[in-house]
Amino acid sequence: MSYEFDFSFLDEYLPDLWHGIWLTLGMTTASILPGFALGTLCAVGRLYGPPWARRAVVIYVEGIRNTPLIIQVFWLFFGLAVLQVRIGPFAAAVIALVINVGAYTAEIMRAGFLSIPKGQIEAASCLALKPSQALWSVQLPQAVERVYPALVSQFVLMMLATSIMSQISAEELTGVAYMIQSFTFRGFEVYLVIAVIYLVMASLLRLTLLGVAQVSFPRRRRLGTPL
Amino acid sequence: MTLQMRAPAPSAALHESPSMTSPAAPLVRFRDVRKNFGALAVLKGIDLDVAPGEVVALIGRSGSGKSTALRCVNGLEKVDGGELTVCGRALHSGTVDLRELRQDVGIVFQSYNLFPHLTAEQNVTLAPRKVKRIGKGEARDLAAEVLAQVGLADKAQSYPEQLSGGQQQRVAIARSLAMHPKLILFDEVTSALDPELTGEVLKVIERLARGGMTMMLVTHEMAFARSVAHAVVFMHQGKVWESGKGEMLAHPQTVELRQFVGNGL
Repeated sequence: MSYEFDFSFLDEYLPDLWHGIWLTLGMTTASILPGFALGTLCAVGRLYGPPWARRAVVIYVEGIRNTPLIIQVFWLFFGLAVLQVRIGPFAAAVIALVINVGAYTAEIMRAGFLSIPKGQIEAASCLALKPSQALWSVQLPQAVERVYPALVSQFVLMMLATSIMSQISAEELTGVAYMIQSFTFRGFEVYLVIAVIYLVMASLLRLTLLGVAQVSFPRRRRLGTPL
Repeated sequence: MTLQMRAPAPSAALHESPSMTSPAAPLVRFRDVRKNFGALAVLKGIDLDVAPGEVVALIGRSGSGKSTALRCVNGLEKVDGGELTVCGRALHSGTVDLRELRQDVGIVFQSYNLFPHLTAEQNVTLAPRKVKRIGKGEARDLAAEVLAQVGLADKAQSYPEQLSGGQQQRVAIARSLAMHPKLILFDEVTSALDPELTGEVLKVIERLARGGMTMMLVTHEMAFARSVAHAVVFMHQGKVWESGKGEMLAHPQTVELRQFVGNGL
């Protein structure tokens, strides 16, 4: 068998590739902060909220964690369209990602809050801080710091999961790859290149999030404690 | 056998004495205070006064109720019976704003409970900034002042894990001082420290005592209780068994106190 590798598609389809990369990065960055905020809010609601809030969070978290992301996306994009609620592919993708990663983040953050010694909360309350002030200044920073590696992992997973969004015609990197290989029949080369691009993007995302940690956790920076 | 004279229980539980506002009034007043954990009676009628500027040491075996009594004073434990008045607030009424109370009553714990993600300065100024809403410059001055009081002026920018146990406990004391409380509670603050570090913490407490700070301390340091405290209270089985000046430890009136100090001295 003689097969000649041909990477010339890289030249021809470069603009499409860039477009796919930007879309993937766009979906990811647009989803991280809202997803983190949603998850943290849910963790707080589940731990400290009234009974109805706890129940609502459990239903949300279990509902999302036990169904496939692609079904959630389809439901938002095709399902709601039936009810005349039309959302663009990019918006549908971002909303689905936020809801999805929010559920996983809620569990990670809950573990973070639970791992803080009781004495911390007692000390804050004995210093006359309100529960909300203790939550914001004492519990939240410590919880995030404790579970940060798990959060980073979750967000990288989320970025990789954007690869299904071409199914709702959001032409992110995987969608572009499929298009290129269907024109060139160079599946081996195309998907190899795409895999490397994902690898680079995931590494960059990890590095960026570690950089964020350097700024957010000055103690780690000062003491040189690795995360 | 208890040597403490028990005041007759007042008829109206919510009765507030007008004398509480007079300058000579005690900052802390226990009257027949009771506390149960489930079926277990931990405090079985405590009577105790702490006057302004007074240092009172609570001593006794584990399980005697001394820590529980202390924790009632800043509302960490609710009293189940009797009357407990702290800084003019009737804690037994159940209507006291605990956050207001805790601005007047500081507490230092055995396990320090410093906030690990904050520097010594940030630990000390968190509550003044959030609760009393003081500005950044004022907070820095305040931190410098109280850290100097505990001999740690040069450690303002250190994180707790960079400090020794004794230094951490002194930062915790400074954190209490920064709220300018009328009263500070010390709950076995040297029990986790080796003798050398215990010494540096006790020296700070002694300096505060000489400066006129009102303090209640649960302690196992008998020599310290004897030399620094104005009054020593020996608790046994949920009661004030014997109380008096520090010399009482040299001349125990009860078998129980004799046995207790006999083990330590």
